Amino acid sequence: MSGGAQLENANPVIFQRSVERLLTASEEDEDVHDPIDDREIFDLIRSINDPEHPLSLEELNVVEEIRVKVNDAESTVSIEFTPTIPHCSMATLIGLSIKVKLLRSLPDRFKIDVRITPGTHASEDAVNKQLADKERVAAALENSSLLEVVNQCLSTRNS
Amino acid sequence: MKEALTLVHRFGAHPDSRCWFVAWSPNGTLLASCGGDKAVRIWGREGDSWVCKSVLQDGHQRTVRKVAWSPCGNYLASASFDATTCIWKKKNDDFESLTVLEGHENEVKCVAWAPSGNLLATCSRDKSVWVWEVDEEDEYECVTVVNSHTQDVKHVAWHPNQELLASASYDNNICIYKEEDDDWECRATLQGHTSTVWSLCFDATGQRMASCSDDRTVKIWKEFPSDLSWKCVCTLSGYHGRTVYDVAWCRLTGALATACGDDGVRIFKEDVPAGSDEPVFSLVAQETKAHSQDVNCVSWNPKEAGLLASCSDNGEIAIWRFKDD
Repeated sequence: MSGGAQLENANPVIFQRSVERLLTASEEDEDVHDPIDDREIFDLIRSINDPEHPLSLEELNVVEEIRVKVNDAESTVSIEFTPTIPHCSMATLIGLSIKVKLLRSLPDRFKIDVRITPGTHASEDAVNKQLADKERVAAALENSSLLEVVNQCLSTRNS
Repeated sequence: MKEALTLVHRFGAHPDSRCWFVAWSPNGTLLASCGGDKAVRIWGREGDSWVCKSVLQDGHQRTVRKVAWSPCGNYLASASFDATTCIWKKKNDDFESLTVLEGHENEVKCVAWAPSGNLLATCSRDKSVWVWEVDEEDEYECVTVVNSHTQDVKHVAWHPNQELLASASYDNNICIYKEEDDDWECRATLQGHTSTVWSLCFDATGQRMASCSDDRTVKIWKEFPSDLSWKCVCTLSGYHGRTVYDVAWCRLTGALATACGDDGVRIFKEDVPAGSDEPVFSLVAQETKAHSQDVNCVSWNPKEAGLLASCSDNGEIAIWRFKDD
């Protein structure tokens, strides 16, 4: 995807993946409504591919479960993601991929806010503003080349 | 609240996509809507429900963001993410594509017809506002391109009785334009909102303007003829849980309606007599779950007092009746 050009962050720190979730009896019961919790949202976004490296956002610590906040009763989801370096030019693309994954996976009632972890990026206000503008997001996703790049980030790999 | 907002009719308008905008025809009998399905739909009333009269499908290659009726009601303009503005002419009960206005570099966010019927304004993510002139032979020509904003321009609206144009932008500002020597130029930049200004509208006389923003407030601006400036005279904050996408001032009753990303439709009215330099507006009615998703637009029927249309990300349109005691 980066076309053979020099990688921005050639030697990223790689983090360990968390273990699979253990299901409780209540969660297995079909008749009990499970409120969507932080872990469930994290499970949706942890395997999103980084655009530059053959690694997931979890492995690069770009997303962490502790930075996922869900309120099922109020239908809100808030994600903070941490670019690997403060001048990462992929920050908007990564944020957009997270947003799209959640838009495609969650019920329509959810309000999804994706922001950069405060203090971790040089242009965090500008990136946050774009990600929060649903008209800009909608128009961007009508651009077939950008949509292709996002879909590549969201494609599942054998891991 | 004494005043009530009741649902008259709710219907699916744009299948599997967002409904971005609704606009009543000048005589109040038709409602135009547009959306993510690239279509414009025309709705007509039958009793207390609305039926689809026409679908204008092949005008655009991408989302249609806004539609606007000409003051005479015989033309419709549609603004699209495909960077064009389509002009449609009414023919019996249908519309045919008359011409396509090109020129913007990317998504057109708004189109608005001047009250005179001879001018049209469009704005775009390319940061510009274009003013077009129409002649008697239905020929459209761009007369000015103004670049006063530093970011995406979201909305343009004409003053009801002066040749004055206002625009709202992602740069958090509002610009006011007037004509000088056949050219349109920005006469004032109104700062105050702390995030994207999504929409604005003038009241019946044009002495005041309301704007709404991603900062979750609505601001009321008043023109001070003494120094030809516009100043913010009131800010409505604490009422909206998320971005306010649209504001509409009813020219018959003076009621102010808002469309919000928290799924709510709210109605405000002025407390003290109109014309005060420090007006106070109160929330007089609200429907907190007007739709199951974001409300993108609100529009007052120009002939029937209290009749309000709203539309949502869920593709639905709702018609409300606001009763003012």
